[in-house]
Amino acid sequence: MATKAFTLDDLKRTLREAAGVAEGVDLDGDILDTEFEVIGYESLALLEAGSLIEREYGISLDEEAVGDANTPRAFIDVVNTQLAPAQAA
Amino acid sequence: MTTSVVVTGLGVAAPNGLGTQDYWSATLGGKHGIGRVTRFDPTNYPARLAGEVPGFVPEEHLPSRLLPQTDRVTRLALVATDWALKDAGADPKDLPEFDMGVITASAAGGFEFGQGELQNLWSRGSQYVSAYQSFAWFYAVNSGQISIRNGMKGPAGVVVSEGAGGLDAVAQARRQIRKGTSLIVTGAVDASICPWGWVAQLATGKLSTRDEPTRAYLPFDREAHGYVPGEGGAILITEDAEAARTRGARVYGEIAGYGATIDPRPGIDREPGLRRAIQVALADAGVDTVDVDVVFADGAGDPAGDRVEAEAISDVFGDRGVPVTVPKTMTGRLYSGGAPLDLAAAFLSMRDGVIPPTVHIEPCTDYPLDLVLAEPRQAEVRTALVLARGSGGFNSAMVVRTTA
Amino acid sequence: MNRRRVVITGIEVIAPGGVGRHNFWDLLSEGRTATRGITFFDPSPFRSRVAAEADFDPYAHGLSPQEVRRLDRAAQFAVVASRGAVADSGIDLGAVDPYRVGVTVGSAVGATMGLDQEYRVVSDGGRLEAVDHTYAVPHLYDFMVPSSFASEVAWAVGAEGPSTVVSTGCTSGIDSVGYAVELVREGSADVVIAGSSDAPISPITMACFDAIKATTPRHDDPECASRPFDATRNGFVLGEGAAFFVLEELESAQKRGAHIYAEIAGYATRSNAYHMTGLRPDGVEMAEAINLALAEARLNPEAIDYINAHGSGTKQNDRHETAAFKRSLGDHAYQTPVSSIKSMVGHSLGAIGSIEIAASALAMEYDVVPPTANLQTPDPECDLDYVPVVARDQLIDAVLTVGSGFGGFQSAMVLASPERSLV
Repeated sequence: MATKAFTLDDLKRTLREAAGVAEGVDLDGDILDTEFEVIGYESLALLEAGSLIEREYGISLDEEAVGDANTPRAFIDVVNTQLAPAQAA
Repeated sequence: MTTSVVVTGLGVAAPNGLGTQDYWSATLGGKHGIGRVTRFDPTNYPARLAGEVPGFVPEEHLPSRLLPQTDRVTRLALVATDWALKDAGADPKDLPEFDMGVITASAAGGFEFGQGELQNLWSRGSQYVSAYQSFAWFYAVNSGQISIRNGMKGPAGVVVSEGAGGLDAVAQARRQIRKGTSLIVTGAVDASICPWGWVAQLATGKLSTRDEPTRAYLPFDREAHGYVPGEGGAILITEDAEAARTRGARVYGEIAGYGATIDPRPGIDREPGLRRAIQVALADAGVDTVDVDVVFADGAGDPAGDRVEAEAISDVFGDRGVPVTVPKTMTGRLYSGGAPLDLAAAFLSMRDGVIPPTVHIEPCTDYPLDLVLAEPRQAEVRTALVLARGSGGFNSAMVVRTTA
Repeated sequence: MNRRRVVITGIEVIAPGGVGRHNFWDLLSEGRTATRGITFFDPSPFRSRVAAEADFDPYAHGLSPQEVRRLDRAAQFAVVASRGAVADSGIDLGAVDPYRVGVTVGSAVGATMGLDQEYRVVSDGGRLEAVDHTYAVPHLYDFMVPSSFASEVAWAVGAEGPSTVVSTGCTSGIDSVGYAVELVREGSADVVIAGSSDAPISPITMACFDAIKATTPRHDDPECASRPFDATRNGFVLGEGAAFFVLEELESAQKRGAHIYAEIAGYATRSNAYHMTGLRPDGVEMAEAINLALAEARLNPEAIDYINAHGSGTKQNDRHETAAFKRSLGDHAYQTPVSSIKSMVGHSLGAIGSIEIAASALAMEYDVVPPTANLQTPDPECDLDYVPVVARDQLIDAVLTVGSGFGGFQSAMVLASPERSLV
């Protein structure tokens, strides 16, 4: 099975499902390095998003790393860190 | 002199009308909102009728950010609050944040949300339980979410006294305004028309099992045999009368008196507490029975409950001593949302000089009540009494009157 | 100002490690902890596997088999604790007009244990979405709507006055008592049986706190799992229990020669209007509630001898309330002992506020500050005197107790000796 990375599109899809989109925020804009706080997601939204990802991909995310990830890029990195070994296995 | 507390805004979500205007025109027109349950398939349950709020599309009213974390009950409450504030002409952004509070009642919280998460837990495992389960189902959720959405940092509160809770919340709002807060969002919305809520309500044995919407919930009728549950309620904006006057607000009327009791333990030979609650409320308002122009009855819809209420009303007001109405016959019983909806109806009665009807019933002649039947009755309404009873023996009574 | 003053004349507590007020106080004053690995169900699928469970035998406390069947565990706690409080107060409720006796019961999550169990049955283990009513217990509705707790307490003690359940999440235990105080002050009741109860240690509650990672994932050393204000803390430990009080108007309590534990001198609740679960670090709204409670008590901040903290043991909370104490009490915050009994009895959600009021009243009674157990490694961001590990003898005439809960609610209550001098 080819390794399929978790992408920004995957994250946006998950965030929409887990927490909706704040008024005045364009998730399709250039958000990769925008802090979650600026695009309207707080820790609760990210916890719910993290749960959805864990269930969908059958992985377990590092709690501390998720807590420290304050931009989409950092969050995607955290997911991919877990995803790669899971898919290699 | 105690602070006078007035109502300046109404937000209504009722089975026979979404929004105050739709509700009120339906209610005066005798149009009911009871029908076969559509939110799930009720075929296999012994009761199949409910009062469902029609045409509520949350996406049209609320940001998508709030939707994953809210039960239907909270969505209805948030929207009713928006409408009530607009009706009051009060923009929370213009008022000091600690000077606005939120005190609501709830009977069952976000029960449908809870059902979904219990199902996730038991069918799939604990890791499938949503992060939002930590608050979306609990009884305090509406007060919390309303305070957050509107930036209200003043007194908070949530009371649970089943069907009586809506009046208890408004009374608590009045207390806090008297202690110095200018504006409090109060009232209640309940909604638990989901299989899990249905099964719990069926357990009381008090739900009507008939299938004809016009013959199912018949308070004070000889054929009374249970009630139809509904969803919805009303949110009220209560204010310090002086503050409301200063900002030039339109005033519906005053919360003039309140009394509450709980019935003695079943099996004890003591009178139920409703009469006492009425007397306390009248005394608190400083009004005589002759001053009361209409009673909005609780209307249990079962012979035992109807008899207790009819006796309490006739004891206090005399036989056929006051017009009595049960507009709930058009919505079903809305748990803690029912009494705030009756308060809204009482204020609209004052405004329009008309008492809304009690539909579908043929009153049992054993009850010496002057029921307003079938058609609305034109009458000057200056003072109204709203009664609310809750399963478990709760009795609350509230007197409202015009300030004009 | 000639308002009616409200005093506590009876107390009963059901807490983990301390069923009965004497056992409860022994636990606190000895600094023992009642947290342990969960025994109520198999905790192995959960992230957090510890809790503070009460060893409570309903039959030993006089409940009948039918009551045990009908009442959720939290309602059992409430009935037993309210009867115990009445007995402790020595009041003869038979001699009081029942309409002048009210009841307030705080509870955050109501009959959640009963609901969890019964859902499992009617859904056949989650298999049926259209749950089967033929398997429902007859009292299921009383689990759905927890106002049944207030009915049961009223019926247990013979009250017929204003009665309700107050359900403001984790501040319910303070707010229920605050509501009761207002009933007596305004003259709606002369006596109120007030308190709160929660029994949330069930799979659904564990799962939802797992999901937001609010409870501690640490289960290697259950007795030391609840570590408020310690640098190594990593979440709260769920608890259960109840505390109830007899509240009376001061003069009538004095007239009947009642033992008075304390006056409930001030109370306020405010919202942060910020987040359902999150707290801003500045503590502004809790400080506002504290200031209002002090003003109502007519006390200066310097009069507070002991702060009974919310101290849940989450980093966010501990910093939030430390900031709130400094903001409201100024320099006096640094000179006042602060402790969290959640280190010993866990966090029983809506019940804990009342259990902490009981701890505060007993602290005044015995002039002892209960400690914060497990506080070994100070957190530089929490720099007050948190009374680590060992209780402290000290004269206590006035206590501040606070709570903070989901929904953004922040509550504060001041207990004081009725003989204090008023400012």
